[in-house]
Amino acid sequence: MENSAVEERPKWDNKAQYLLTCIGFAVGLGNVWRFPYLCQIYGGGAFLIPYLIALVFEGLPLLYLELAIGQRLRLGSVGVWNSISPLLGGLGIASSIVSLLVSLFYNTILAWVLWYFFHSFQNPLPWSSCPLNVNRTGYNVECEKSTPVDYFWYRETLNITDDIEISGSLQWWMVLCLVSAWFIVYICAIKGIDSIGKAVYVTSTFPYLVLTIFLIYALTLPGATDGLVYLFTPEWSTLLNPQVWLDAATQIFFSLSVAFGGLIAFSSYNTERNNCERDAVLVGVINSATSLYASIPVFSILGFKANNAFLSCINENILALTNEFEMPDQNITVDNYDHWVNYLNQTYPDQFSKVPLNDGCDRQKFLDESVSGTGLAFIAFTEAVIAMPGSQVWAILFFVMLFSLGLSSMFGNMEGVLTPIRDLKVLPKWLPDEIFTGNSIVFILCCAVALIFALGSGNYWVEVFNSYVGSVPLLIIALFELIGVIYIRGMKTFSDDIYFMTGRRPNIFWKACWMVISPLLLLVVFIFYVAVQARKHPTYPAWNPDYVDFPKTETKSYPDWVFAIIVLLCSVPVIPIPLMAIYRLTRRIMRRSSHHADLNPYNNYAFEG
Amino acid sequence: MLDKILFLLCLASALADERCMPAGRDLMLLMLQYVWNENEMFLFRASLAFAMRNHMNGQQFEVSNIIVCNETMRVSFWFIVTSPLDTSQLIDQENVEAAIRQSRNRINSAFLLTDKTLEFVDILPTLATLYTHPTPPWLIVFGVVMGAVSAGIIIMLVSSVVQKKRKPQDEDDDEETRVKTVENGDAHDGIHNMSFSEDERFTKM
Repeated sequence: MENSAVEERPKWDNKAQYLLTCIGFAVGLGNVWRFPYLCQIYGGGAFLIPYLIALVFEGLPLLYLELAIGQRLRLGSVGVWNSISPLLGGLGIASSIVSLLVSLFYNTILAWVLWYFFHSFQNPLPWSSCPLNVNRTGYNVECEKSTPVDYFWYRETLNITDDIEISGSLQWWMVLCLVSAWFIVYICAIKGIDSIGKAVYVTSTFPYLVLTIFLIYALTLPGATDGLVYLFTPEWSTLLNPQVWLDAATQIFFSLSVAFGGLIAFSSYNTERNNCERDAVLVGVINSATSLYASIPVFSILGFKANNAFLSCINENILALTNEFEMPDQNITVDNYDHWVNYLNQTYPDQFSKVPLNDGCDRQKFLDESVSGTGLAFIAFTEAVIAMPGSQVWAILFFVMLFSLGLSSMFGNMEGVLTPIRDLKVLPKWLPDEIFTGNSIVFILCCAVALIFALGSGNYWVEVFNSYVGSVPLLIIALFELIGVIYIRGMKTFSDDIYFMTGRRPNIFWKACWMVISPLLLLVVFIFYVAVQARKHPTYPAWNPDYVDFPKTETKSYPDWVFAIIVLLCSVPVIPIPLMAIYRLTRRIMRRSSHHADLNPYNNYAFEG
Repeated sequence: MLDKILFLLCLASALADERCMPAGRDLMLLMLQYVWNENEMFLFRASLAFAMRNHMNGQQFEVSNIIVCNETMRVSFWFIVTSPLDTSQLIDQENVEAAIRQSRNRINSAFLLTDKTLEFVDILPTLATLYTHPTPPWLIVFGVVMGAVSAGIIIMLVSSVVQKKRKPQDEDDDEETRVKTVENGDAHDGIHNMSFSEDERFTKM
């Protein structure tokens, strides 16, 4: 049943599905566990200034560009760039490769979230206490030296090896969780936007519900206000540090999920006359607003955790003093602790010096401990949850929220891979389409390759992929996208496109951004990023129980073969760009010399060379 | 109030005082905010007598056999245990220790405390093993979730195959109308250059 390309292309059922899908793609785990961290280390409220500037001058223009070009040319990322110029064909392939590589490790994080979710149905929570050692004379040594939460994450979840070179074996429980995660993504994304469009009604809205619940609850916890004050107190001096601006620009760029090709794919399923300008601004603003909204409960909970740590530290000291000096209970309290310490030190110095007191009981010190990424979700938060009444409920809510956030981002990642495969018609015709063979094959392959992340050293590999695949290639792709649309397609043609779609030409702000400001910003970010990365030989934190300073992580440098893989990960996605250009160029030269007219109706480029 | 008790006890157990020191066991209430009075002390002595009775079968220990001394303002004191048969005879340390270990849980429960908050100095608590489930609960949740998802996938695949099988019956009717609509669409649609693809379609028919 061959139809014309117009009718075959799927469509969104309604505008809400499209918007929810784009928002879900942009709003991901990074909004919850990266943005609050950046706010914390870069002087709280002051960080919002470079962040919003980066959003307005870099994020929104890129977003608008991708949505507009996808909607106009109505093709996936590969088709779009082929249409603009055959020399740019490699750009779409680069996007697809990046989407594929990111999907692989991103789903592993979802597998970890699933593992924690499965374990939240127990009382007491398994990460609340240490297991006993072999002869039952005491607690497990590794757990005692670190914390039960650390132990559960590094040993019982990951069973991590102490070096990236030691691969360990496949952890069967992690394989199960990984397969589950891929199955869930499969069932939601298998029918393309028909199924994704329905799934996002839940996966894109549920996180907001949970964030609101956590917001209300976390604000009632003791110590929450300390965390919030700490977060939002602006430290204006950080604005003088160029690293802050760099991180703001980088954060906006990665947070909006541009250059993956997923956004182009999603907008290509739109009707032609859709106001993509408004969509772009909406998605960008909602993404940043979500980051801000999420940081409030995150910081309330971190403040609560810091308060707990401080109180237990002080109470330990109070107990030690009370036992040593045999005073009645409640003589020393948290409030008069300092006064008592001074008094006892002066009156009974010898006896006082014998008491083992913990000197590090400083509220500020506990607040200063900053965590991001998996450390925030699986260590800091799980520890906080133990102290909340009704821990299981909060844990379940939290992990389902994380899973929804990640799942909706996975849809975009997979679409960046599946749409080009369908548009390119790579798969042979004899494969039956009823069981979505093309998509199924991709999923099975992805799942099989992703098993490397279920090895003992899996976490180290996720870090490698996260740092190198999801960073430099994307910057390069975005830069070429800007150049491709604005300079190769031409600002005038693009303005006409937008006029056709929305009824107005883009105003001076968009033009200025596209032509000058955004490329410049991207170039600066790219140069600084590479410079910072290349300055030192890359290292990684290893969890080594035999390390001298255990439970601190040991900083090891990557061995050479891993370094080679890193270079490959950075370069393989971007190599198609020059390769395809060279290939098309040579073909055109050879074709011209043989006077053969190519009447391919789909590629609308003027064929005079 | 506490001073009075101390005083009384000192008077009453003047005889036993010398014996209290070397063989005494130390107890400490570590939890802050515990109200301690003579009734609690009585409860403690009674529970200790219970523990001794449990351990040494047959001997009827009474509250009077548990002698306490050296109380401090901090809820901590020493105690010794005398034999019920002969009050001048002290029960040796190992027996007392064993008795306390055996009935530790009951003594804790009498005060609604735990091993962490009620400490017998030099008697380390035996660590209770955490309850290990026969089937780990996480596997059960995993099974439920995976079962639902697998069922969903199978239903979806089967339904799409069934739908595809039903479609050829409707195709013949739609062919002509479909041709017409596409032709009309061509007239208005100036963007997509369909002239070559039309040929493909007709020839395949």
